[in-house]
Amino acid sequence: MNEYADLLIIGAGPAGMAAALAAAPSGARIVMLDDNPFAGGQIWRDGPQASLPAQARQLRERLQSHANIRHHSGTRVIANPGPKQLLVEDDENGWLISYDKLILCTGARELLLPFPGWTLPGVTGAGGLQALIKSGLSVSDERVVIAGSGPLLLASAATATQHGASVLRIAEQASLTSVAGFAAQLPRWPAKWLQSFSLFNRHYRAGTHVLAAFGTDRLEGVRLQQQGKIVELECDRLACGFGLIPNIQLGQALGYAIEGQALAVDVWQASNRADHYAAGECTGFGGSELALAEGAIAGHSAVGEVEKARQWWPRRARWQGFANALNQAFTLDPQLKSLARPDTLVCRCEDIPYAALTEHSDWRAAKLASRCGMGACQGRVCGAAVEHLFGWQPSASRPPYSPARIETLMCLDDTPPA
Amino acid sequence: MPELMLDGHALTVADGTSVAAALALGGNGCSRTSVSGQRRAPLCGMGICQECRVTIDGRRRLACQTVCRDGMQVETQP
Repeated sequence: MNEYADLLIIGAGPAGMAAALAAAPSGARIVMLDDNPFAGGQIWRDGPQASLPAQARQLRERLQSHANIRHHSGTRVIANPGPKQLLVEDDENGWLISYDKLILCTGARELLLPFPGWTLPGVTGAGGLQALIKSGLSVSDERVVIAGSGPLLLASAATATQHGASVLRIAEQASLTSVAGFAAQLPRWPAKWLQSFSLFNRHYRAGTHVLAAFGTDRLEGVRLQQQGKIVELECDRLACGFGLIPNIQLGQALGYAIEGQALAVDVWQASNRADHYAAGECTGFGGSELALAEGAIAGHSAVGEVEKARQWWPRRARWQGFANALNQAFTLDPQLKSLARPDTLVCRCEDIPYAALTEHSDWRAAKLASRCGMGACQGRVCGAAVEHLFGWQPSASRPPYSPARIETLMCLDDTPPA
Repeated sequence: MPELMLDGHALTVADGTSVAAALALGGNGCSRTSVSGQRRAPLCGMGICQECRVTIDGRRRLACQTVCRDGMQVETQP
């Protein structure tokens, strides 16, 4: 079962959906892949306890109304065996997709930093807890501490509270000055300004970060550094995420240039590689409004509609301003580099402690000597952590990009040698 | 409402519930045992960290990206 797409879109979040909808009227044969069960990305994750905004439902309905858009859910990219060709896998099958144009909308993931006790059951990412609640996790009557950085903490707290949890503390590592400075700029984006009132929470503390989680078999409490004082709270869950980082692994493997921590694109959302585009959070964190504008530009550009793409530029510029303000306000405090103790596991797949890494000078040396980053997640968690802790640049991933079945890899037999 | 088997125990969940959520609804929330013997539970909730990998009907799958289906056999022990 091989497939051809005029336009292949990887990721069905806001950017991917906008790209597909922009390109669809051209009549191009569009294939959109996503590893989640439903379209919508992380922000519009559907589930038994999710309430999707009207905009997300409309976009989903519009996607379904186009006969030339095929959406493969629950599907991952495993390898890139030849030029303009990807090997993919879903629950049942593996197959090859050849394409003419590609748009990567691979989104962002949470930066998860190691601290003592972070491997205990009961500790999740901040967005992680929100995603789990939306997909049916019960937090009713549980005591929850939310920690890390960025507006996602407030969104996660709102979801937990709405589902019956008692949120004891929201610990934001950024200083009160930074957070207040950001809040003062919010009236420039009225929708965000209004949203900020609905998310306000009296347990929010700036200048506060996690020191440790403790418990025997599962989480029993957390220790926080709260505005210079040490505070301990007993709790059932700790949801901790230090902002979002772009998912660039696939782009990096396909030869996209990288700028900072994100995929580099020009005004048309085009990468340095001909016919290869990127949009949304994988080109830098900016929120769903920016992702929608970038996705539309990429979709129009990929089917040659230059003027239509250009019409989206002002909207992109407006939301890029919001993204810049956000990234500046929530810059990580260097103190967070010293949370891990010598025996704190940094690589959770291979159980490699911090002490096994400190003697090395770069990521490659540390990987070869310790197996850090060589487990099932392929360094997606610890690679980002060591980049933050030691400034090591993670090397490009190699296929398989996700754990894959042998039968899927056997599809490569049909491929002529590159 | 799908009924699944979680480590040999029957469990009924709401339509659309992920296996990751079901682990906590029907058990202690843990998904796997790490290479040094620690029990682990879903961490990122979005298909990145691989902590939530479990065996579903004989295949290794990510619990956070799998929706519960009737008759599913989920195992969290190595």
